Amino acid sequence: MIDLDPVLLARIQFAFTISFHIIFPAFTIGLSSYLAVLEWRWLSTGDGRFRDLYKFWIKIFAVCFGMGVVSGVVLSYQLGTNWSIFSDKVANVIGPLLAYEVLTAFFLEASFLGIMLFGWGRVSKKMHFASTCIVAAGTLMSAFWILSANSWMQTPQGFTLTPDGRAMPTNWIEVIFNPSFPYRLLHMVTAAYLTTAFVVGGVGAYYLWCKRHIKHARIMLGMATMMAAIIAPIQIFIGDSHGSNTLKYQPAKVAAIEAIWDTEKHAALRLFALPNQEEEKNNYEISIPGLASLILTHRADGEIKGLKEWKKEDRPPVAWVFWSFRVMVGLGILMAFLGIASGIQYFRSKLFESKWLHGCWVLMMPSGFIALLAGWFVTEIGRQPYTVYGVIRTSESVSPAILAPQVAWSLASFVVIYTLIFGAGSYYILKIIAKGVVLTKEKEHFRRGIESAVTNAISKEGK
Amino acid sequence: MFDFSTYIDLPLVWGVIIATAILLYVLLDGFDLGIGILFPLAPSDKCRDKMMNSIAPFWDGNETWLVLGGGGLFAAFPLAYSIIMPAFYIPIIIMLLGLIMRGVAFEFRFKANRSRKLWDLAFHFGSLGATFCQGLIIGSFVQGIKIDGRNFSGGPFDWATGFSVMTGIALVFGYALLGSTWLIMKTDDITRDWARKIASYVLFFVGIFMVLVSFSMPFIDPRIQKFWFSLPNFYYLMPIPITTAILFVLLWVDLRKKTRDYRPFLTSLGIFLMGYTGLGLSIFPWIIPFEYTIWDAATAGPGLSLMLVGVVPALPLILGYTAYCYYTFRGKTSHESMY
Repeated sequence: MIDLDPVLLARIQFAFTISFHIIFPAFTIGLSSYLAVLEWRWLSTGDGRFRDLYKFWIKIFAVCFGMGVVSGVVLSYQLGTNWSIFSDKVANVIGPLLAYEVLTAFFLEASFLGIMLFGWGRVSKKMHFASTCIVAAGTLMSAFWILSANSWMQTPQGFTLTPDGRAMPTNWIEVIFNPSFPYRLLHMVTAAYLTTAFVVGGVGAYYLWCKRHIKHARIMLGMATMMAAIIAPIQIFIGDSHGSNTLKYQPAKVAAIEAIWDTEKHAALRLFALPNQEEEKNNYEISIPGLASLILTHRADGEIKGLKEWKKEDRPPVAWVFWSFRVMVGLGILMAFLGIASGIQYFRSKLFESKWLHGCWVLMMPSGFIALLAGWFVTEIGRQPYTVYGVIRTSESVSPAILAPQVAWSLASFVVIYTLIFGAGSYYILKIIAKGVVLTKEKEHFRRGIESAVTNAISKEGK
Repeated sequence: MFDFSTYIDLPLVWGVIIATAILLYVLLDGFDLGIGILFPLAPSDKCRDKMMNSIAPFWDGNETWLVLGGGGLFAAFPLAYSIIMPAFYIPIIIMLLGLIMRGVAFEFRFKANRSRKLWDLAFHFGSLGATFCQGLIIGSFVQGIKIDGRNFSGGPFDWATGFSVMTGIALVFGYALLGSTWLIMKTDDITRDWARKIASYVLFFVGIFMVLVSFSMPFIDPRIQKFWFSLPNFYYLMPIPITTAILFVLLWVDLRKKTRDYRPFLTSLGIFLMGYTGLGLSIFPWIIPFEYTIWDAATAGPGLSLMLVGVVPALPLILGYTAYCYYTFRGKTSHESMY
């Protein structure tokens, strides 16, 4: 039998389940806020198009939220099954943060989601709007706590180690507001909003492209353009600040991002390279001299530490980090570019007629998801070989009793099941989009006539 | 840094909080898993739509108690968490996969045309598998876990025992009872009549299993035997089996008479509460039975104190708005898809 390394398998399993999971919360963070704005516009203007759009997006929201919940439950148990030593060592510090996430966010979201989805006509309009806002606030609260816990693992502080290697908190404020947390929170929430903006805009552009629901599509594309034109450039700025923060606290990660092996001033920005971890050099390198120093330190002669400053076994896998970063930044720039271009077209009153622009929006629909995943790859792989940076190594975190076959078959079942539900979920979402926005009179939203109930019953009985 | 450990017995308080979270999980997700278990037995597709609609607004919140149970164990009793999770690796993974399948079925089922049957099956087998694994884990947990220092040291199949398989099956019937009595409360016509029939059938098995489990518990460890049968404990504990017996009779009569819609569900909740209390008292104060107590396994004072500050206002608030949601969707359910 092939000798599989349980640590590597456990890492792959966690990477797989968490990558799958993050797609949904990221999208639902943005979408719940978008739904809140739609409902607010409807209530304040009385324009039925906003209500139709709300009804349309909430179906997609429900599918994504469901998948986010079920894939999230897995994570809260996987920490224990595969990473029991890690759990035992850090629970004193990050356990309370996760508990706060459940108490202040999960219950709020899950309970009011029911009212949001099924409460039409059962609660007042105001109460319904309040539920939407509560769900949106819940998703943000959840992001706050989970990113605080994640950031603590990146830049740990406010704790001491016991003789048996367990972390004990000494200052909660320092733990929660650790150095990388504000940057990571802003960067992630903005990314979530951008991801949603590009999906909403893409759907709007698609309808404009095939000349369906023109009036609704204009709202979608218009709102998405507004978001993208303002937020995408801001995101580049936030990302830059996040990078400077990483340079200060996790210089090895930055060295891997830029694939810099020897410490240098006037460091060049590698546009293309195939980093070679064994020989400690880059193959086929194309670079712009001096630019990396300028971007990272905001000075032309800024010094950037090279990977050789760290022992071989303390370096992250360079190629992964290097390439993921380039995918993220490349897409980020494209998103900003499309946002600004659409903004300009909007002011020239040509946004809703430029066919090529609509095509670009449709193509860019998945860009937010890809950039988001790439960004997480950068930050998580860049932290290796540690789970808690500089404190606990990944190889010392894994459960002692787990066996490779156990991890392997559970990984295989996750892959099979996730692929199945991801495929089905995407299919149903595409079906909802293909079916289009359903136009209804307001009355029907709040009172289903006996008539419709009877016809519905008969038609189902007939089957 | 604040720390209440000098004023309050924090591990005990947290033991009670976690036990309450798990109890609420068992009661709340119990009825919606039970509906999944009974799903294929329903008389028609329209009934199935009704069954699904009756729990659609709630299942998500119900499942969050499981996250609180797992997350709370991680946060408050990390030692127990890091022993229990690897020990029940396989049943936990199967339970999670089951919960995934049934969770997505809620959304997918109403959006599917041709593949609806497939999601019905996913809903049923997901619920069944998750329930069986939960029962299995409880049973084998009570029997004890092999440990070495702060780690699990047994084999991957240690959980497979005759007793744990029995508790697995017992829980399937238990949840089916909660599910069927929930349906008596939330539906009418043929669905309700069918639910009544199923409930009386299931009740019989629940009774048998409760007796079996109750009588085998004292044989697992002499400490449990001593706890129940020494004097004066025996007198103090007698109300538990007596109340359980009364609730059984009450439920049986209600199911026969067919006049009460709400009481059967409340009675089944009572039966579960009694069973859970009995089990909880037997294990107390062990969190890894007969190896570690809650005081051995607890997080240090500052962590428990910080969480207590959060949980004291949050838990009543959560219970409050959960109750509000149940109140909002009170009454009988229709079979139409609602959004």
